[in-house]
Amino acid sequence: MNIATPILTPIKLTAAETALVDAFTRQVGELPGDGMVLVARDNALDGIKTEGLPTRRVESWHYTDLRALLRAIPADTNAPFIEQRPGLVSNAFVLPVLNGKPDVKTSIDGVTIGSFRDRLMSDDHAHIEPRGSDDAIGRINTSFVRDGLVIDIADGTTLERPLELQLSQSAGQSHMRFAVSFGAQTKGTVIERHSSLSDDASLVSSVSDVVVGDGADILWIIFQAQGPVDTHLAQMNFKLGANAKLTLYVINTGGKLVRQEVHGVTVGEGSDFQMRGINLLGGDTHTDVTFTLGHDVPNTTSTEIIRNVIFDRARGVFQGQIRVAPDAQKTDARMACNTLLMSDDADFSAKPELEIFADDVQCGHGATVIDINATHLYYLMARGIPENKARGLLINAFVAEIVEELDDEQLVEALEDVISAWLDKHA
Amino acid sequence: MLEIRNLHAKIADTDTEIIRGLNLTVKAGEVAAIMGPNGSGKSTLSYILSGREDYEVTEGDILYNGESILEMDASERAASGIFLAFQYPVEIPGVATMQFLKVAMNEQRKYRGEDELTTPEFMRRVKEAAADLRIAPEMLRRPLNVGFSGGEKKRAEILQMGLLEPKLCVLDETDSGLDIDALKIVSDGVNALRSPDRAFLVITHYQRLLEHIVPDTVHVLYKGQVIKTGDKTLAMELEANGYADIIGAAA
Ligand SMILES: Nc1ncnc2c1ncn2[C@@H]1O[C@H](COP(=O)(O)OP(=O)(O)OP(=O)(O)O)[C@@H](O)[C@H]1O
Ligand SMILES: [Mg+2]
Repeated sequence: MNIATPILTPIKLTAAETALVDAFTRQVGELPGDGMVLVARDNALDGIKTEGLPTRRVESWHYTDLRALLRAIPADTNAPFIEQRPGLVSNAFVLPVLNGKPDVKTSIDGVTIGSFRDRLMSDDHAHIEPRGSDDAIGRINTSFVRDGLVIDIADGTTLERPLELQLSQSAGQSHMRFAVSFGAQTKGTVIERHSSLSDDASLVSSVSDVVVGDGADILWIIFQAQGPVDTHLAQMNFKLGANAKLTLYVINTGGKLVRQEVHGVTVGEGSDFQMRGINLLGGDTHTDVTFTLGHDVPNTTSTEIIRNVIFDRARGVFQGQIRVAPDAQKTDARMACNTLLMSDDADFSAKPELEIFADDVQCGHGATVIDINATHLYYLMARGIPENKARGLLINAFVAEIVEELDDEQLVEALEDVISAWLDKHA
Repeated sequence: MLEIRNLHAKIADTDTEIIRGLNLTVKAGEVAAIMGPNGSGKSTLSYILSGREDYEVTEGDILYNGESILEMDASERAASGIFLAFQYPVEIPGVATMQFLKVAMNEQRKYRGEDELTTPEFMRRVKEAAADLRIAPEMLRRPLNVGFSGGEKKRAEILQMGLLEPKLCVLDETDSGLDIDALKIVSDGVNALRSPDRAFLVITHYQRLLEHIVPDTVHVLYKGQVIKTGDKTLAMELEANGYADIIGAAA
């Protein structure tokens, strides 16, 4: 949707904006889809062209001035060939999407898998519209989306093995979309794993639309480990059915410019949303996690716990907005964001927001910069562990604690390995 | 092995003096019991020995094997063989017990110039020591001390002591929180470690523990000083009569 405001003098486009407009002109003939899909693409690109990318004057981009931060766009040439990797956990069922191209050959009981490209080609009403005029990720993705996956999990299906969406990039650009629908009473784990397999710069936009059916119990892990020169723009939109439970982990350990948005609504009573965030940031990078949740119906609960460890000159952002609709009584929503700043130049901005229109609700939020617990440090040192090493263990513990909440031991171990490897490299 | 000379210490960044001219000598192979009323400075003394930075030594010295340890930090003191079994062991969420044990053992070995333990050797040692102390392997899979009962925490402290093989062991009220059977198990664990080149400082309120771990000397601490020293019969006397007489005589 493009709410066109009349612009009398067209803005002067930045290098990146010009590159996006030019790329669209080059690619438009071969982008999949006609009819309304094409109209949506045109509108989205037009939004970029006339309004530019958002600056800090746009409220939802206040801490991430995309216009200033996105300096260049990698060329849309063919990226070097890459191969599928082993899963994050050894028992994962891997669905590779390499340089934006999915492999849909795999089949699992109760799960229907198709390519998003086929949807774009066959359904000219395929949903690809941006969320609104401030949805820059949507605008970029809608303009350029070429492929992705459409996954339907039939009612009552239990995924015996975690499903890994292995989204690897070697260079260039990929614009992907994922439509995932979990039927009623389904259970399972999805690992959305973004990684870079080369030192070349890449630009990835990835949007997923997830529907969690009534009574479903789903764990979704977004593990983003792009390279230090990559731009990663991702968005997850979800709807939670009655008595459904979605546990979402958002783990960022890479990327030069990262924005991960999560937008959810509870559409069925008794639903529960749990979000856990881990941001391990270092170097000269910018990482933004922006989250909005609408408690739209009564009796729903949510908890968000975000832990950040920031080194060097890295900058992190967490925006969390919880809206409680007027008749959404008995909502219970909690949000906490804690940060360990490991250098004087490290920076974290947290903006928790509660918009409550119902009266019988329990909501709370807190955002703090914390320090290593002195008693914990002393206890470890009193056992002969040198101060540096003891600090390392405690930094690790600060984030590992979040991972240890998971029931799946393999997954806990894999994520703990990711965390210790990252800290070993950066601390 | 340990010689504390006219030690004065205060809470860091304040003027509150807790240890006020304390003298104490413990020889290798000796088991010294430290008794004294609540708040007399027993735990503070143990923290200062271990190198806790919340306290500041203002006068006097602590010699360990003839050398001052005041300039060493907690980890260096531990690696050189000083161990404190805490009155209140600390829970550390997110740090796995096994990982902690392995890092502690290997860092101490590194400090002393010894090779790191192989994983099978490490596992063997932990299994054996845990079995001796009737510690369920399940407990070792949890984060360090998290959710352990009072008695389990005390047992875990003695497990660490057994694995780290220190030379000077300070036990701060290890008996509190232990049931009768556990007291026996833990005491056996301590007694098994008694050797001519190892000394113990056993802080306790009760004669009961000293029936299991029989001390060579007993010292009464009061207001930050040792006000009386005797043999094991002093502990029995205190059990029967309390501290009033001794405090009165010292005043
Ligand atoms: N960090 C501190 N801040 C304030 N007061 C302290 C601190 N540490 C010790 N004290 C005080 O110093 C005194 C000695 O405390 P300590 O814990 O050493 O006593 P204790 O002999 O171990 O007592 P108990 O038998 O009850 O364990 C107490 O009055 C205590 O309140
Ligand atoms: Mg005490």
